[in-house]
Amino acid sequence: MSPRGLVELVVNGEHHGVAIEQQRTLLEVLREDLDLTGTKHGCELGECGACTVLVDGEPHLSCLTLAVEAEGHEITTVEGLASADGLHPLQDAFADLSAAQCGYCSPGMLLTAKALLDSNPSPTLAETKQALSGNLCRCTGYAKILEAIALAATRMASLR
Amino acid sequence: MTVVEEPRADDAPVEAEELSVVGKPLRKIDAEAKVTGRLRYADDLSLPRMLVGKLLRSTRPHAVIRRLDVSRALALPGVHAVLTGKSLPIPYGILPVSQDEHALALEKVRYVGEPVAAVAAIDEETAERAVGLIEVEYEDLPSAMSIPEALRPDTPRIHGEGDGPNVDRVAALEFGDVEAGFLEADHVREDVFFFGGNAHMPLEQHSALASWEAGKLTIQSSTQVPHYLHRTLARVLELPASRIRVIATPVGGGFGGKSDPFSHELVAAKLAIVTNRPVKFTLTREEVFYAHRGRHPVLMEVKSGFTTDGRITALSFRNMLDGGGFGSFGAATTYYTGALQGTTYRLPAYRFEAVRLHTNKPPCGPKRGHGTPQPRFALECHLDKVAEELGIDPVELRLRNAIEPFSKTVNHLRITSCGLVECIERVVEASGFHDKHGRLPHGRGVGFAVSAYLSGAGLPIYFNDMSQSEVQIKVDRGGGVTVYSMAADIGQGSSSVLAYIVAEVLGIVPEDIAVVTADTDLTPIDLGSYSSRVTFMAGNAALDAARQMRDLVVGAAAEKLEVDVAQLTTAGRRVFDRDDPERCLEWEQAVHAASALRAPLVTAGTYRAPDLAGPFKGSGVGPSPAYSFTAAVVELDCDVETGAVTVDQVWVAHDVGRAINPLLAVGQTEGSVYMALGEALMEELTFRDGLLESTSLFDYKSPTVLEMPEVHTYLIETIDPEGPFGAKEAGQGPLLPVIPAVANALHDAVGVRIDEVPITPDKVLKALDLAARGKPGRVGPKALPAFDFPPLIHVEPPEEALR
Repeated sequence: MSPRGLVELVVNGEHHGVAIEQQRTLLEVLREDLDLTGTKHGCELGECGACTVLVDGEPHLSCLTLAVEAEGHEITTVEGLASADGLHPLQDAFADLSAAQCGYCSPGMLLTAKALLDSNPSPTLAETKQALSGNLCRCTGYAKILEAIALAATRMASLR
Repeated sequence: MTVVEEPRADDAPVEAEELSVVGKPLRKIDAEAKVTGRLRYADDLSLPRMLVGKLLRSTRPHAVIRRLDVSRALALPGVHAVLTGKSLPIPYGILPVSQDEHALALEKVRYVGEPVAAVAAIDEETAERAVGLIEVEYEDLPSAMSIPEALRPDTPRIHGEGDGPNVDRVAALEFGDVEAGFLEADHVREDVFFFGGNAHMPLEQHSALASWEAGKLTIQSSTQVPHYLHRTLARVLELPASRIRVIATPVGGGFGGKSDPFSHELVAAKLAIVTNRPVKFTLTREEVFYAHRGRHPVLMEVKSGFTTDGRITALSFRNMLDGGGFGSFGAATTYYTGALQGTTYRLPAYRFEAVRLHTNKPPCGPKRGHGTPQPRFALECHLDKVAEELGIDPVELRLRNAIEPFSKTVNHLRITSCGLVECIERVVEASGFHDKHGRLPHGRGVGFAVSAYLSGAGLPIYFNDMSQSEVQIKVDRGGGVTVYSMAADIGQGSSSVLAYIVAEVLGIVPEDIAVVTADTDLTPIDLGSYSSRVTFMAGNAALDAARQMRDLVVGAAAEKLEVDVAQLTTAGRRVFDRDDPERCLEWEQAVHAASALRAPLVTAGTYRAPDLAGPFKGSGVGPSPAYSFTAAVVELDCDVETGAVTVDQVWVAHDVGRAINPLLAVGQTEGSVYMALGEALMEELTFRDGLLESTSLFDYKSPTVLEMPEVHTYLIETIDPEGPFGAKEAGQGPLLPVIPAVANALHDAVGVRIDEVPITPDKVLKALDLAARGKPGRVGPKALPAFDFPPLIHVEPPEEALR
């Protein structure tokens, strides 16, 4: 058995101490130790983007990230997008336009889109496509996802 | 980006009634659960004391198992049980005619990846180590990895005794006199096409969690068909079905790939019983490719006769299907490769012969369009060639032969509402097809094609005279409504569609409704989410149940208000006099009135498709209570230096009957276009030395957002007389015309024909090179291998088709 070590993770602003083996991925620890099953897996090889989480605001593939690497960084999962005030504008837009069909890629899509809009509040279509190019969706043909991100960007701009 | 046009005035529903829920772009009832990550898919579930299961899979394409020793695996600390084929000896299969699978291989293996043994252990790492400790000795047999290899007389039989060929199914039907039709024709043309096999690639890997408590098995699985899984578990485990509860969890993408009972489901159940602990199996991405049931590779020979003015006199198809190692849905697929050609065109005579072969590859099954995208690709490319030879515009050729509403096809399929011509006109006009076809610069082209698809298979998978969908409705005293249905929501929004229908009838809003689905303990029968059947069939059952509930509540309100019941209507959570809206009861008050008079407030609705099967063997595949119709135009660019094809725009018009929710119908259409483009241009399962090469999402190429063109979607509403509120399907049909439209557009762009899917750059370059050397610029199969098809069964076309 690999030696276990105590790792302190900050996930959605909450501190969690978990005793884990060093080789465990952030994906496994989020899902299996913290029961944050909103983060999905589709390949465990970094090919599909379903496991995307934000690490210090940047999209990372949690299946290719060791949990120990994430120590000392701010991790955001889909569970951290909404607040007590309600859904994040991206979540609202995805729900309004039915950009989540089966919904399995949605957590990764939402977090990738959040990172995009946080750094570029009014991206062009080409910029949005470039940002999403590592996230596969098998249901929507991406159309409603692109529309939802554009809608969220517009709504967020009007709030500012 | 997508352009969705509002329906024009001439598309206006024929019914004048005002609808307040149906037809509106509402949120899905599970939208918030999906965007917050709260929705629990199968692998998100866990139970106390849960064990993790892993499968040992065959490393040989075709071999006899000489020795299988699990003792070292069993001895590993943390391992609780190991199963082999002998643990589950009863065969099964989704179709009653194909009971050829075992949960774990017995005696021999038929493809690389076939499950051979299973382990339940304390955690994933231990289970994987245990799988590695299982010893297997194989005696290799020669394998068949393609249609020609399966047919070689010296290839051993993959199933049964004796030497090849490895024939699983045959079909041979003739409607009318095809040879006479060819003789009568001014122009006869023959073409050969090949459609490569591809995979569903759902983003969610299959997963199942089984538990055993007090003599009852519960399995929660990402399945499209809880009812068929229920039946299979009872058969294989030899348990009464009443001791088994199947819950279909929200499915993270199905597309037909979760419609078979799978090894891991049966094995999880058996291991839960054996260990008396919950057991979960989640397939890896590589294993999803082995579980497969994807698109059959099909080799097709098409022949048609036409008059000089472009009227078809006869059509024939000869199809060879590469079925992989097991039957799966293949007997149905075989017939589907011939069933729907006549749903778009009036055929005076039609012949269809097919053979499905066993090969040493993962089993093929139903993928979006089930057996019909392959012949549709062949037919629509063939018609483009015919049009060119006859000097007739390709759109005009289709219009001259288009099937009419409320007619019958040559093979006895009943057509009801039909917006084929409207679909054609809409995409041709919107795309400017006639300004572009043959007129764009070299390298750029447009292509056109049409199609039709089922709104639910008319017959259940196993013959019975029971209903195909039932829905129960219960109203509680707070006015809340619960709808119960076994239909599995696989992302298409079927649960929401049921809520919209019930809300519309009762005059309430979807937020008043809870939908309980896909649980064999709690919900009444629905056969499953396949063949585009749920909106039509479960929707009709929901409509039936809702109308009964409305009658109960409105009847009580009429007594309370002392008005004639015919005066009352429901809307906006009120029951009111249509001529005097102030005379009303709030929904909750009306519910109380009904409860006082007629408690309990429970109704049940049902649906069974009318008997539409024709008078011949094999007529069970193809009938549907209604057909959707689609037309598509594709505009693309071909780089003649690299052979790369870039699709720039797609226009697609789909006759959906009525869009219960246009957002969902458009979403299904866009998703179908996407999946079609993947199949047309890149998706393919490739094998080398018996091994599947494409077992990851890097190797199995699918379109990313960067490859997706602009899609212009037009919903055509024809208000089907039997569909719920006139609705028909939208989930599968729109995929069909896009693939041949790509091939036809490529021909328009650079003058070459790729008669083989996927149309990859190497094939394009090869065809361009051939054309440059003065040879026919074509890549594709030349002929079908020799095979003696059985004698034709001759069937008289229905009188309606001959008019």
